[in-house]
Amino acid sequence: MTQNGADVVRVPAVTTPARLRSSSNPIGDRIVLGAFSVSAWLVLLMVVWLFVTLLIAAWPGIKTVGIHAFQSATWDPTGHRYGLLSFIYGTAVTSAIALVLAGPVGIGAALLLAEIAPRRLATPVAMLIELLAAVPSVVFGIWGLFVLAPVMRTVVEPALARTLGFLPLFQGYFYGVGMLTAGILLAIMVLPTVSAISRDIFEAVPRDQREAMYALGATKWEVLTRAVIPYARPGIIGALVLALGRAMGEAMAVVMVIGNKPAISMSLFSPAYTLASVLANEFSEATGQEYVSVLIGIGSMLFIVSMIVNVFARLLVRGVRGPKGARA
Amino acid sequence: MSLFVRQAWNAIMLVVAWLCAGVAAALLALIVIYVIQRGGPALNLQFYTHLPTPVGIPGGGVANAVVGSLMIIAMSSVIAIPIGVLAGIYLALLGRGWLAEAVRFLSDVLTGVPSIAIGLFAYTIIVVPERHFSAISAAVALAVIMLPIVVRTTEEAVRLVNPAIREGALALGMEAWKAIVLVTVPCARAGIVTGSLLGIARVAGESAPLLFTAFGSQFWSLNPNGPTAALPLLVFQYAIAPYKDWQLAAWGGALTLILLVFVLNITARIIFPARLPQ
Repeated sequence: MTQNGADVVRVPAVTTPARLRSSSNPIGDRIVLGAFSVSAWLVLLMVVWLFVTLLIAAWPGIKTVGIHAFQSATWDPTGHRYGLLSFIYGTAVTSAIALVLAGPVGIGAALLLAEIAPRRLATPVAMLIELLAAVPSVVFGIWGLFVLAPVMRTVVEPALARTLGFLPLFQGYFYGVGMLTAGILLAIMVLPTVSAISRDIFEAVPRDQREAMYALGATKWEVLTRAVIPYARPGIIGALVLALGRAMGEAMAVVMVIGNKPAISMSLFSPAYTLASVLANEFSEATGQEYVSVLIGIGSMLFIVSMIVNVFARLLVRGVRGPKGARA
Repeated sequence: MSLFVRQAWNAIMLVVAWLCAGVAAALLALIVIYVIQRGGPALNLQFYTHLPTPVGIPGGGVANAVVGSLMIIAMSSVIAIPIGVLAGIYLALLGRGWLAEAVRFLSDVLTGVPSIAIGLFAYTIIVVPERHFSAISAAVALAVIMLPIVVRTTEEAVRLVNPAIREGALALGMEAWKAIVLVTVPCARAGIVTGSLLGIARVAGESAPLLFTAFGSQFWSLNPNGPTAALPLLVFQYAIAPYKDWQLAAWGGALTLILLVFVLNITARIIFPARLPQ
């Protein structure tokens, strides 16, 4: 039994539909119950429509550049050269930074909320983390631009260069705006995703898993690392993949702090570009059919990759927790 | 390992877990406090009642963006909430087999799709054929983003209603649809309202899908079929502009957005405190 009261009533709910259908008044039932299932169909059809539309919309862009888009990093729309490698690189690096930073902190926070903190303390802290998830991305963006970026330029980046400067990752000029700043901002943004989903996963771990280890005299931390986390592992990976999907697709916050420069650089301090941010930054200024179609192609690519990532993540999460509701 | 080492390690790691949650909460405080500090001075009555002034001329507000945002949010709610609530009831009470499973799964997947891609969808199906930007296209994009949240929260809320009370109604001879509409749904009212509020909160601050749908405007734009100013879009456009008074307005807008979203979230939580799985 989990702490969620929903489970108490979930089992009998499955048995009732059959009885609902053999009702004495088929006309009223047919209309109202029909409206329910039509709505469900609408949701399904909408997703299919979304998918088909974006696939078709991508076609002109694919025809224009084709496979060359993935062989070149030269982004020069006026010269009709549309290499996407620098965007793919920027997306991968910023999402990786976000996951490396948000993953451990988010899982730690989830462990605290689900396993360690007393309930009366866990609830308000969880509420705060939930509010962090509710902050609009453009607010993260303006905060990143005016607060985080100057701090990065004057404090964090010089400090990293002094201590870890032997690595090429931390060499070069201190711009303030760049991949590292974007990655840190994304980490803050996906932290609530990691912690909320991991918390649900931890709470779905059966009680006897823990009790067996406590009975053997294990400490709390040993129970967590050897009984709870191994059982929850696929779900935790799912939570991280979900966060990865969020980080990849974030446009507004990233566009404000990454510097928007189509370049591939080893240094995490350098300005770069991501798939989502090039779309946000250039779409409304794009001139000419070709340029627009390539940008739409980028959007479709982002959509398809994020669909794949999310399907994979949701399957992992369901494997541990079952098909409960989603809110985030 | 000796008992002492194990217990010490246990204590250290528990403190680390506390720190992790502390970091998350501190980040929220850091951002909110800063936005209040910078945005607070911008907020006054004029900010919400006047149009933007040209650069360099003091005063002015963002009234058109506030109204535009409200208009877009209202339209997207009208689209998404009825469908979402009905589909959620379907999933909770009637849904068996592949349709329910597919809707559930795709709703979950849809919550993770980048909002900018959904904006592109609305651009392709509405802005391109109409050949102009519009508030309606923005509302469609936001409705797509809002829908899965309304569906899944409604489902959860309706599931929490004890089926015995509906069975009681059926046993007394009530028709099945009346038992759902008059007995089960009223019991789940709070949760359904919460689902709608969370859906609205989710889209109220969205800016990426508005870039190529609502597009933004410097003027009053009450025509739902024309380009419209929206607050999140204005925050973005003003924040990256090199003018101090625009940046101040952007902070004011950011504070307004945060307040709006927090009020919606906290209200939703007070109405329906049950914890919903993510």
